[in-house]
Amino acid sequence: MTYMKNPINGLNKVFDNRIRLGVMSVLMVNEEISFNDLKQMLEVTDGNLATHLVNLEDNGYIKVHKGFIGRKTNTTYAVTKAGEKAFSDHIAALENMIKGVK
Amino acid sequence: MKYKNLMITLYYKVLFMSRQNPVRPGHPGGQLETLQEISDIKRIMERSSRFISLSGLSGIAAGLCALTGAYFANNILTDYYFEYNHSGYTDQNFESLKFKLLMVAGIVLAAALILSFIFTWRRAKQNHLPIWDLTARKLMWNILIPLISGGLFILAMLQYSEWRFVAPACLIFYGLALVNGSKYTLTDIRYLGYMEITLGLVNTQFTGHGLYFWAAGFGILHIIYGVLMWWKYERQPVKVNSH
Repeated sequence: MTYMKNPINGLNKVFDNRIRLGVMSVLMVNEEISFNDLKQMLEVTDGNLATHLVNLEDNGYIKVHKGFIGRKTNTTYAVTKAGEKAFSDHIAALENMIKGVK
Repeated sequence: MKYKNLMITLYYKVLFMSRQNPVRPGHPGGQLETLQEISDIKRIMERSSRFISLSGLSGIAAGLCALTGAYFANNILTDYYFEYNHSGYTDQNFESLKFKLLMVAGIVLAAALILSFIFTWRRAKQNHLPIWDLTARKLMWNILIPLISGGLFILAMLQYSEWRFVAPACLIFYGLALVNGSKYTLTDIRYLGYMEITLGLVNTQFTGHGLYFWAAGFGILHIIYGVLMWWKYERQPVKVNSH
């Protein structure tokens, strides 16, 4: 293979952040997940996680569902088609980067 | 885990390449940064979809409990039939038999659950993983559906004094529970499930020997499975003392 034209090509800026990358990784293998489960899984603080979730939502990569368990709010998150596509492209780009080294 | 194989391939490729370490624009770490990113994704995907702390020692402990229980149950039954042959059938003897067998079953179940929990909890702690998280809940829920259905079904059979299919039903429903749960934990447990189901179905043709099948399924199979799992995932490499 020839040396990559541009290794950064296809890498998604949104996934530059560890937490956003983590959220997407969890959502790719889980149909739906609550805020608290995400927090426990990624070992982050409420505020930090919330900020990144808003960012992902604004980018159209995740969808938010606000529900109730009794009187307590239960917010769950799921990946959108666009998010799935963006994440797969990001993985493919990472793979290309490594292949490009040859 | 559609990305799992890709991730592993990537991981080795990156390890192999890491010395060349070309610069990734905007990332001083270059190739190592990419390696880190990929292994993070892989780790998070695995950890968030499967409960991986299930210990082989739990299986061995549950198996030993079942065998001990089967031994006592066998003694109780032998005593009952001895009485039966000497003084004939009495309601009182039969009630006491039922009570004793249920006691044994209850104690075995409690002991097996407690011991399995202890070993799995210990393994989770060693790996710094939470014992009760999303994956544990999913695993529990998916195992409980067939298990509780089976339990109620067996109680209904006993309600009509249909005892012949108790052991086969125990094995079949337990096997189904394991197959169902295998999606949320170590996939190897699926094979234990297949074995339990098969054993249960064979048992339907030998209904007088339920206790032996029960001991084989819950005792021996658990022990074999536990040893194999422990060997595969938990065994520490033996340290060789060199002089």
